[in-house]
Order: sequence, then C-alpha cells, then structure tokens
Amino acid sequence: MAAYDVAVEERPTASSAAPVINDFSIQVATVNGSGSQTANLVLLRAIFQMGVPVSGKNLFPSNIAGLPTWFTIRANKKGYVARKKEIDVLVAMNPETAREDVLGLPAGAAVVYDAPLDLDSLRDDLVFYPVPFDALLAKVSRDVKLRRRVRNMLYDGVLSRLLGVDLDEMEAALRKQFGGKPKVVAINREALDVGCAYAEEHLDKRDPFFIEPMDANRGRILVEGNAAAAIGCMMAGVTVVTWYPITPSSSLCETLIDYLRKYRVDEETGKATFAVVQAEDEIAALGMALGGAWAGARSMTATSGPGVSLMGEFAGLGYYAEVPAVIFDIQRVGPSTGLPTRTAQGDVLSTAFLSHGDTRHPLLFPSSPEECYSMAMDAFDLAERFQTPVFVLSDLDLGMNTWMSAKFGYPSKPLDRGKVLDAEALEKIGRFGRYRDVDGDGIPWRSVPGTPAPAYFCRGSGHNEWGQYSERSDDYEKNVDRLARKFETARDWMPAPEVEIDRRATVGIIAYGTSHWAVVEGRDQLLEEADLQTSYYRLRAYPFRSGLASFVERHEHVYVVEQNRDAQLASLMRLELKAELAGRLRSVLHYAGVPIDARTITDDILIQEGYRAERSVAHGRMPHEAGVGGE
Amino acid sequence: MTSPARTTANSPANKKTNRAGLELPAYRGGKTTLCAGCGHNAISERIIDACFAMGIEPDRVIKLSGIGCSSKSPAYFLGSSHGFNAVHGRMPSVGTGALLANHELVAIGVSGDGDTGAIGIGQFVHLMRRNLPIVYVIEDNGCYGLTKGQFSPTADVGSTLKTGVVNDLPPIDTCALAIQLGATFVARSFSGDKKQLTAVLKAALAHRGTAMIDVLSPCVTFNDHEGSTKSYAYVKSHDDPLGELDFVPFFEDISVDYEPGAVQEVTMHDGSRLYLRKLDEAYDPTDRMHALRVLHETHDRGEFATGLIYVEPAAADFLTTLNLVDEPLASLPESRVRPPKAVLDEIMAGLG
Repeated sequence: MAAYDVAVEERPTASSAAPVINDFSIQVATVNGSGSQTANLVLLRAIFQMGVPVSGKNLFPSNIAGLPTWFTIRANKKGYVARKKEIDVLVAMNPETAREDVLGLPAGAAVVYDAPLDLDSLRDDLVFYPVPFDALLAKVSRDVKLRRRVRNMLYDGVLSRLLGVDLDEMEAALRKQFGGKPKVVAINREALDVGCAYAEEHLDKRDPFFIEPMDANRGRILVEGNAAAAIGCMMAGVTVVTWYPITPSSSLCETLIDYLRKYRVDEETGKATFAVVQAEDEIAALGMALGGAWAGARSMTATSGPGVSLMGEFAGLGYYAEVPAVIFDIQRVGPSTGLPTRTAQGDVLSTAFLSHGDTRHPLLFPSSPEECYSMAMDAFDLAERFQTPVFVLSDLDLGMNTWMSAKFGYPSKPLDRGKVLDAEALEKIGRFGRYRDVDGDGIPWRSVPGTPAPAYFCRGSGHNEWGQYSERSDDYEKNVDRLARKFETARDWMPAPEVEIDRRATVGIIAYGTSHWAVVEGRDQLLEEADLQTSYYRLRAYPFRSGLASFVERHEHVYVVEQNRDAQLASLMRLELKAELAGRLRSVLHYAGVPIDARTITDDILIQEGYRAERSVAHGRMPHEAGVGGE
Repeated sequence: MTSPARTTANSPANKKTNRAGLELPAYRGGKTTLCAGCGHNAISERIIDACFAMGIEPDRVIKLSGIGCSSKSPAYFLGSSHGFNAVHGRMPSVGTGALLANHELVAIGVSGDGDTGAIGIGQFVHLMRRNLPIVYVIEDNGCYGLTKGQFSPTADVGSTLKTGVVNDLPPIDTCALAIQLGATFVARSFSGDKKQLTAVLKAALAHRGTAMIDVLSPCVTFNDHEGSTKSYAYVKSHDDPLGELDFVPFFEDISVDYEPGAVQEVTMHDGSRLYLRKLDEAYDPTDRMHALRVLHETHDRGEFATGLIYVEPAAADFLTTLNLVDEPLASLPESRVRPPKAVLDEIMAGLG
C-alpha cells in the first residue's frame, strides 16, 4: 500500500528488519499504585483514535500498592483482540520484575527501560532503549508530588516517537480522561513532549514495530464490560440495586450508580426513580433483590464467585418460590486470597445448579461489551418472564478490561414484565392459584403486594398450586415437575447461539464468553497452519437451545473451549446430550488466571487431532504466568 | 387459639368495625400449627388486635419471617395479606428489598431468638443501623423449638436444657444491642401481658422506622422444666416438670397484669421464673444511656425490664434518606425507568 511505503521512507532510522505494522503487543511492567493506569489507557486510546484495532489487558495483583502489575496493549490490523502470549515491546519500569520480564521476551523484541536498571547486558538478541526517567522528570516540573504523577507519561512520550503514535491523539485521550482539569492535561502533555524529545535525540529506532493510521474504528467506542452492563441495567429500567463490594464486580454497580444519579433522577422533584443499597454481605444483597422483585421491582445484584456461594440458599428459595432476580457474576479465580484479581470461567456449574434440592438457573454468557449491554436487558426480561433468578456470567477480563465495541443500539422491545396479575388477567384465569400452570408453559401467574390482586404466602418447597402450605408428596412432585417444564419453555427464549457451519469441517468448536475472541483467531491459525477447517458454535445461554445436539452430530470431534480446569460447560452438555454425542466432546482448557490466547487453542486442537506431537516452541514464561511469588 | 370474645376485653374490638371499615375477623389468619398454649399464638392475637385497632389495611401489609416456630406464625394472622417466609435469619434483607420496591407497604416481621440472635445477627445488626420502617418482633423463648429445644443465644447463663446441659455463655440482650446500634424504637414485652403488648404493638405500627420488640414468649414444650433460667438449685429441688410437658391446656394463655414500676415474678409452665420489671412513670424512654443502664441493672438482678425502653420518634428512616420518588418504584411505568434515546446517544458519544 502506498501509505505504507511513504511511512517507511519517512523513517530515517528504521531497522533493517521488515517493518511490523499494526500487529504487535506492548507490555508495560510497573509497580501497583504507581499511577501507570492513566498512561496505559492514554496509549491505548491514542492507538484506538488512530483507527487501529486495539485491546488492553490489565494484569494486576490483589493489592493497593507495591506489587508488580503488567498492562498489555495489543494492536492488530485484523482486529484480533484476544491476549497474545508474545510481547514485542516491553516497557520495564519495575526493578523487581525487570530481569524476568526481559528474559521472557522473544528474540527481536524492543525494551524501553529505566536506565539505572542496566538491562541491556541480559540479552544480545533484543533492542534496548535506556531512558533516564528521573533525569527527564526534572525537566517537567520541580513539584515532587506532580512529578511522581506524570512519571509514567514519559514512557508514552518515548513510545509515541519510537512507534509512531500521534502525540496529539495522546493529548486528546488525556482530555477525555481529565476533561475538566486543563492544568492536569497540560502537565501530562509536557511529560509526553519531554519523553518524545528524548527519544528523538537519543534513541535510534532499531526495532521493526510501527503504528500507522487505519480507519477500522469508525463508530466504535471504548468501554469496559462492567460499564456496558451498567448501561444495560439502566436501560432495562432497574429500580432496586443491592450489592456488596467484591473484585471484579464492584465497578459494575459503581458505574451504574453514577449513571442512575445522572439520568434517573426526576427533573422536577429531584427524587430518584431507583434505590441502591450497599448490603452487609452477598446473602443480604440477594435477599434484598428477591424482596424487591417479590414486591414488583426490577431488582439486581452483582458479585463474583465467593459472593455466589453465599447467595446459594437464597438462590434456591428464589427458584422454588419463583421470584425474579438478576445476578451478575463477574467470574474470577477463587476462593480467598491469591488470585482474586485474575480471570476465569469457573462458575458455570456452581451457578447452573446453585443451592440445594433440584435447582436449575438460566445463565447468560456475554462475550463482548455489546452483549453485556444487551444481555443485561435480556436478563431482566427473562427473570420476570420466568419468575426465577437469572445469572449473567461475565468475567474479570470482560468486566474490567477496556474493549472496542460497536455503539450500543437503543432497545427496540418494550420491557417484558411477565405474568403479573391484574384485574383483566384475573378474570381470564378464573380463580388465582399462585403456582397453577394455567397456560401450559409451566409459568404461573403472580400477584404483587400492594396491589388489589389476591395475596398469597410466599415460601420455599412446600406449597400446592393454590399457594397453600403443603407437605404432600404429590403436591411436591407436581410442583417440581412444573418447574422442570418451565425450564424447558425457557430454552427457546434464551439468546440463540451464533453458529458458523463449514460444510467441509469434521471438527467443531464450541466456546462462550471471552473465550470467543481467542477462538476467532485460533480458527484462522488452524486454517493457515494446518488447513484445518472448523465449524463454530458460540454458545450464549443455558438452558441450551435444542440445536446444540445437531451441531455436535455434524462433526466427528467437537472442542469445547473454556477457561476452567474441569471442563464445566462440557460437563453440563454431557448431561443433556445422548451418550454417543457426548463422546464426541473434547476440551481445550485454560486456567492460568490470564485470559486465554489463540495459540493455546490452536496447539491443543492440532495435537489432539494428530497434526502435531507437541506444542509449538513456547517462549520463556512471562513472570505473570509464573505468578507473583515471595510476598 | 384465643377466642374473639376474649381479645375484646383489652382492645377496642368492641367497636365492630375499625377505621378501615373492617371487622376483627378480617385480620385473622390460618389455623395455628404451633403447640397449644405457645406464647407465639398469643403474640399473633395481639398483632391482630393491634392491626385492627390501628385500622391497618391488610392489602398494604406484608408479613415477613425467617425460619423457626416464630417464623411460621405470620401464616396465622392477617390471612389476606401477602407473606414471605424467607430463609433462616435473613428476613430483614427481604423486607428491605420489598420496602425499596414499595415504600407504601406496612411491614411486619416476625423472628425468633435463634433466627435473630444466632444465624440472623448480621442482618439484625444492619437492620437496626438502617432504621428501615418495619415492625420487627422477636418471639423470644431462649431456645430452638422447631429443632427440639437447643439453646439459643438469648438463653441465660446457668439455664439448662431438658437433657441437663447447662448454658455457660452469656445471653445476647437484643434490646441493649439494638439501642447501641442506633435503633429508634426498642421495646420488651411478655406474650402473656395483653395490655402492654397490644399497646407496644400499636405504638410500633405508628413509628416510622424500625420498631424492634423483644417479646418473651415461653416455649411450653421445650422450656417446660425447672432450672431453665436463673436458679439451677431451684430446678433440682422441684418436681420434674416433664409430667406437665405434654399437657398444655388448649385456650390457656399465660396472662399477667401488673402496675408500671412493679417487679413481678412470673412462674412459667415449667416452673422457671421471669422477673418483669415495668418501667416506672418517671422513666424517660428517649434517654439512650438511661435505657441501657436500666437494661443492665435489671439483667444483673435476674429481672427483665419491659415496656417501651427507648424511642427516638423523629429520626429519619432509611427510605426517606434514599430520596425516592413519591410513587412506589415497583409501579413506575417504562417511560420513567428507561431513559430516552438521547441519553444513550450522549453516553455513546462520551465513550467514542
């Protein structure tokens, strides 16, 4: 392309290697609490504004300050946004991990580092760029406090010069972040300029990595999944929000609170059309949500695995008493201390069957911010339609990282409030029985306190179809059979999968949630590297649609890709598929606490399909894959 | 169950209809399945009396409970009201959610000493802090009835189980705890004291905020033995009450009337004794420190202070502090809860 050639010509000190344009990963290694998040997001946003597809993954410890943290930015012209294992450009700011960070790089990578760390003696197959950050800081400001805050902006300045990221786009990103604070923008811009000038004067470009403007991001936004879910909840008309802080779900409710305060306060009276309560624990959070929904409000809570465990008893009550609730589970590694700030898809089974007795809960699996938004609205509709708790299974990667997304569309359907009894409905159904299956779909009619509709006594397992207390065997059986029927009805109401059939393919892949993005890239790799065609079934909900079995039937082997050790979704499928079809399921599993990457999928499938004996040669492990040790 | 004729003695039920235009039977519930003579049944009767007397509209009432004998009782009063039998110890959260959804509801919660003092102590603590408008009744018998007589956290030091096991742990005084936590209406009463309990319940229904009432309510089946409270020696020196255990006369409620300030010894079915100290006329129920001191002093003497112990009528309740719109959140139409397209466009522009 012409633009490409011109750009190369303009680079006076380009390396002898072929340039790598808009297809590499930058990793910034810093100390937690050093304020690097701003610099990293500014870099990410600047690349985004240049029209280049980009993604960011923040790998951070469970800590306020002091432990190592890594932020990875991947630019990819094809639009791949999954994590990439190989790091091409390292910014080494953390003395504690610098050595390991450098040793883990592939040959040819570039390293921008704090000059006193003396890293250039470690390897002779990398390109080293020492930068005297402290000396440069002195040029920015004499104010020690301010200097500390903009220290990281210096490396953005250096990278802008080395990689060709537009400084003005960086400033625009700064303004986006610090909108109302021109002084803050100004001093950060100064730091950018100082860093850029230093690189221009002192650093010879010897690596092949470049960012060049593209036009791939028109109409796109940058957003975290939790923020997207928050917008969805607001647009779903949520009125009762009850929650308990837990990483990585807190930002969902916190963002929601901000939006509700801005957009859901009555203009005339200044009064709120919503109630938010920070509960004393997750048990109370779900209890409040159920109480709210029982009394007719659209209620929700958000949590993560440990909170889900605490919600177990109430989730069962919600199922048996048939009370709606929307529960966001932003999955993480668990339990207790260790990896609460790392991602996983480990709550599939625990949420599907949460509680005691014969319980089953609908699950939604968003893979993108857009789906966090749309499925938030789906979840409220489904919870009220089916009068039962509904889980939205996001994860830390989706919830807390920044993603490109198409702009969200305004909802086209009205709210579905389900079968709530009013005078007209009462006349239609005749005598009200809270748990009577009047319509043959397993879904009874419900009345809401505070309305003229007849009351009933809401309780757990022991009731007959009239809502009266009963310990009779036949009443219990009849009721749980109806609940099973209701769950069957739900199948066709759940978000449908996205299916791509390749008629030549003998291999199928099933994935859900954030694993999707690595599958997209992995399928291309399978085709390029082994000419292996695959079909793809992106699952979006449980209970499964009936088409799942025919997808499996089409293929000799079906690989279920997921981010847990125990093949949780595959296990759930095996419960429903006929033995012969269940036998076709194989697993690709990734449970390292970091998001799954395409290479893991490609290698695993090629080995299991007999194309290869072992994994392609791996680069040294990044320290974050080995874990933070020696606290 | 007590007959309607009996309840009229100390309530305004002799007026046939109340200000809601309803007669007393409109406030009755299902037939009790608790033991005959259980103090809880008497409390249900008092709730019926108080709601009738206060002219509460049953279709605005929600009845809430946890798990246990006490928590079964909401099925036995106000049968035409909605009820929610939640999970053990977690009724406060369900009530909180329901009132968020509809602040016009009148919430009556019934808990027990185990449901509140043990498994539910966390939710109890935060309910008291929040001052949610709810009448919260603890039917307090010092033991677990439904699981057959284990100690609860309100059992006194030295009291015994039927098996002879002695309780070594100090009791939780729910009233003192509630006051310390910022509760705005704290009362203690006795299921056999019709006059006082009805008056306390009526005041509780009139209170805007959490009205916490600890009602001593003897368990005629599992606490029906001597030594279950203060005097271990007394238990030993008296006849085995087990003979009376299974005989609980129908219609027979424990009844006691006494003047304010007087100390009264009440002998239970089981021979254990409760000392009920009425607050004297000079007592100021708005003085938190005084209230706490009286609770501690009476407890040290092996007595119970009953009546309205502490009240702070002007405190802001939880729903008011949330600044909600006038209509119940549950009844807001889509047009008021789904922002227009312009809002979404504005948000999208900000993220672009």
